Amino acid sequence: MALDKFFRRRRPQVNPVAETETPDLWGKCPQCKENVYLRDLAAGAYVCPSCGLHHRLGASRRAEVLCDSPLEQWSGRVHPVDALKFHDTESYPERLKRAQLKTGRPDAILTGRGSIEGVDVVVAIMDFEFSGGSMGSVVGEEIARAAERAAQMGLPLVLVAASGGARMQESALSLMQMAKTTIALEALSARGLPYISVLTDPTTGGVTASFATIADVIVAEPGALIGFAGPRVIQQTIRQSLPEGFQRAEFLLEHGMVDMIVDRRQQRSDLAKLLRLLMHQPVPVAQAQAASSQAASTQVAP
Amino acid sequence: MSSPTRPTAETLRTLEAHIRDLEGTALSSGQNLDAALSPLREQLERLRGQVSLSRWERVQLARIAGRPTALEYVERLTSEFVELHGDRTFGDDQALIGGPARWQGRPVMLLLQQKGRDTKDKIRRRFGSSNPEGYRKAIRLMDLADKFRLPVVALIDTQGAYPGLEAEERGQGWAIAQSIQRMSRLRVPTVCAVIGEGGSGGALAIGIGNRVLIMENAWYSVISPEGAASIIWKDSAKAPEAAEALKLTAPDLLEMGIVEEIIPEPTGGAHLDIDAAAAALGEAVSRHLDELGTQSPDEWLSGRAARFRKLGAFTES
Repeated sequence: MALDKFFRRRRPQVNPVAETETPDLWGKCPQCKENVYLRDLAAGAYVCPSCGLHHRLGASRRAEVLCDSPLEQWSGRVHPVDALKFHDTESYPERLKRAQLKTGRPDAILTGRGSIEGVDVVVAIMDFEFSGGSMGSVVGEEIARAAERAAQMGLPLVLVAASGGARMQESALSLMQMAKTTIALEALSARGLPYISVLTDPTTGGVTASFATIADVIVAEPGALIGFAGPRVIQQTIRQSLPEGFQRAEFLLEHGMVDMIVDRRQQRSDLAKLLRLLMHQPVPVAQAQAASSQAASTQVAP
Repeated sequence: MSSPTRPTAETLRTLEAHIRDLEGTALSSGQNLDAALSPLREQLERLRGQVSLSRWERVQLARIAGRPTALEYVERLTSEFVELHGDRTFGDDQALIGGPARWQGRPVMLLLQQKGRDTKDKIRRRFGSSNPEGYRKAIRLMDLADKFRLPVVALIDTQGAYPGLEAEERGQGWAIAQSIQRMSRLRVPTVCAVIGEGGSGGALAIGIGNRVLIMENAWYSVISPEGAASIIWKDSAKAPEAAEALKLTAPDLLEMGIVEEIIPEPTGGAHLDIDAAAAALGEAVSRHLDELGTQSPDEWLSGRAARFRKLGAFTES
């Protein structure tokens, strides 16, 4: 290994929400340039308290923000291989090793069982910090297994997408994961179980042309870039500048492509509410009481 | 790139023609010309062994001017093709067309990626790159195939789905995903053949076959060589290197288990003898349709699911 690469790997990350750093510091929001106490950022689901920017999250942080308690982790045993002996500016195994050291996981996906405000779910979370969340054989396999196991257990699936698309280094094998995941999700449909996908910044390429967009309900995070072709490619094709906000979550909502945009700080309660409705589960006792007492108080004070 | 001593396709074809002439003479005159023929046949075999095309050369063959498009095969292999139009929502895409036809006598539903033949036709069809309407029309035709129990034959030939602003507005990714899903749910057999270019999700959208075949000089990959080169080296001129790395040729795909069979092309490429190329394509597709014809709808469905479920390369600890 070249020495410069060795040092680069250990240099502290400047990204305020990198997985490897303790949040006991001040950081600067890249959007509004305000100083943010990182502990506040963490407490607020990594949404900038002053401008509302939804910071990108690695899979572990995402799981913490989404679920009630630590996941019963399923992924981790399936490892990538270099089937094509792919070599560009560096070899695929070298790239993989770097991403594995950075994230502590074998590939760009975390799956497991957990709960969201008391609703039991299976979650699959793509890890953008691992090679841009690219989808190769391992990501495809883990998503397929998560869907099949959720169906066996009678649980809904919540998938968080964050990906630049299919992984080039596995070429046609990556492409086939689009088919594999789409087909595996049929197990949930067959059992009438909900599949919800949450599209986060960024979700592009093959992921938007397969499992991420065939969900029963598609949720997007505010401001997330979501699209099939990248903006640069489109610009080269049409040879004119793209409109403001093109391919952002709000643009997609306007064009009827997503069901709703949900602020990350609101996601747990909104997803739980939706899942309970789709699965005929009762409103939790505490919430029902709060609602009825509120209704009662509005009655006495007209 | 090619070594100066390597025989060209031209040399091979001249030799082939010479052998055919001699064989014809032998047949018509009743003379025994084996003494003259056998050294020529040996030479041909030897030369064929020396012609091994690089991956980039195959990509260039898949794109060469005069390469048969889907409709040229359809003209030769089907009768009574009734083209059906429109997605019933927005428009009629000209890059992805289809409808019922008789494939060497068998009623089938055709899904065709059509690149266009002359400049005007190519522009009208966006060089074979579909907008979402194309995939939504394909979904409609698949509904009909299911309803009328017509096997689906899909001919794949696209550099990829069209990367345009309006395509994004109308949900290009969504349309492709839905087409993949719809095709995987078909209760009829599906046979797909990559006849030229198999570019990414735009190709896979109609590539969910019980059998997936590929012509000898076609390619199929997650990204075009130019796209990969511009990502890796920021230079699309490095496409030849990217083609090597992507392992996108027919033999590569057969080895990965992504296709069942390679359909041989005439020496030098399908464009040099379209009738012969069509005959080989027709024979292969018909044979797979016949083999699948003995199965039940459940078997077509579960067989197709199992086929794609196992694709991928990984290890497990």
